[in-house]
Amino acid sequence: MTDAATTLCILFILLVPFAGAGLALINSGLIRSRSAAHSMLASLCAVAIAAGMYFVCGFAIQGYAGGPEHVFWIAGKPWSWLAAGPLFLHGVALNGSPASLVVWLEMFSVGLAALIPLGAGAERWRLSASCASAALLAGWTWPLFAHWVWGGGWLAQLGVNYGLGRGLVDTGGAGAIQVVGGLSALSITWILGPRRGRYALHGMPTALPGHNAVFVLFGCLLAWVGWIGLNSAGALLFAGVEPGRVVLIGVNTTLGASAGTLAVVLITRLRFGKPDASLSANGWVGGLVAGSAGCAFLTPVAAAVTGLIAGTLVIFAVELLELRLSVDDPAGAVSVHAVGGVWGLLAVGLFGHFPAGPGDGDQWLAQVIGVATLLGFVLPLTYGLNRLLNRLVPYRVAVEGERQGMDLFELGAGAYPDFMTHRDEFGQR
Amino acid sequence: MKLAGFLLLLSGWGLVLSAVVLLASPPPRAAFVLAGVAVELLGLVLVVRTHLLPRGERERGERERG
Repeated sequence: MTDAATTLCILFILLVPFAGAGLALINSGLIRSRSAAHSMLASLCAVAIAAGMYFVCGFAIQGYAGGPEHVFWIAGKPWSWLAAGPLFLHGVALNGSPASLVVWLEMFSVGLAALIPLGAGAERWRLSASCASAALLAGWTWPLFAHWVWGGGWLAQLGVNYGLGRGLVDTGGAGAIQVVGGLSALSITWILGPRRGRYALHGMPTALPGHNAVFVLFGCLLAWVGWIGLNSAGALLFAGVEPGRVVLIGVNTTLGASAGTLAVVLITRLRFGKPDASLSANGWVGGLVAGSAGCAFLTPVAAAVTGLIAGTLVIFAVELLELRLSVDDPAGAVSVHAVGGVWGLLAVGLFGHFPAGPGDGDQWLAQVIGVATLLGFVLPLTYGLNRLLNRLVPYRVAVEGERQGMDLFELGAGAYPDFMTHRDEFGQR
Repeated sequence: MKLAGFLLLLSGWGLVLSAVVLLASPPPRAAFVLAGVAVELLGLVLVVRTHLLPRGERERGERERG
């Protein structure tokens, strides 16, 4: 990397924590006030544990392109399935080298991935259990898939080894961060089951509105800043784009989010008579998520179309999961991060424009193989590991905890002690 | 049913990997990869169905809400 690229990369990595702050605010605002402090504390703990696990063993599993790795050979082709890096970052010079920048960016990225399931399990997921699950995600599942995509693993090498375009292209982590986090969220909602009272009336969903739309919408703005950093730093480090291309990335990221939220505003306005704030926020983040994969390789028009379709998909996925599939996901994490991310990966195959070079064909197939790996390997792995962990550390809080709210039950104090709370929030359902 | 669903997910992924390794010609490789994805989708449908609320509960609720 040139000095200019290194400097730019450092600046963009510094923006990434804003994405985490945004997601934490969104998760907190979309749930009832009686569990708001618990949600924020769980976010802090998840980020802390994710960073710790990444330091202990995550980087050793994930590695970086060109670093030591475990390879097996099939039909004369190398398949890199696991990095062979040092535990505790032993021997990694944290001095601005590309490997050290990968460590820094990935430490933030794994924290971001660990935040996603918290939105889905909110109001019923015990703090200790969410911490244990974050450790599992950051210490094993996430680094494994991240190695395959970003660490020179077999998905990244599909182009070189099998002529499938440039291998799986996931510049900003639509798959490696968002879909992995979203599928983890889906597993958590299945294991936890719905909140008490959510499907009380013979299986029909009851609305449990979030307590602070301002948190949610401000979180979207913070996430926007963080996503620009994430996409740009990812493009510089993993796609090797020239520094000038970050302008295109910034434009594409903004257009994707804008198109996503405008699609939802328009659709909810037409369907319900008024725009829906929380769904519009989901559309914004859905546009950001979908745009991440191909942010450096889409034209602005393609980025806007990708965001538009992402917003539309998110709104219908929220309805399908909530009304038909009994998935109680207060923050819409599965719809936004899993559905939006899968669409983003596929959109690269449909709309991506790459500089001329070897491996120009069948990029779409590489993207489909990436999605197939997420569904066929990451989902069963995540679900199985969390089911096992649920036996050791029970995930679901006691009935009394749901009745009181997680703040009082697990923390001993509410988030807003000076304010009148809604009495019906504390009623027995 | 749940276990069968997850096994189908893994089998579909196995089909995708096999297609990548064993088939060199693009059209059959693409066809087998898509077939693997279809098997995964079948598995996903099975897994989702095992997590649905009981059908009787849901239909009764829909009737009561008109």
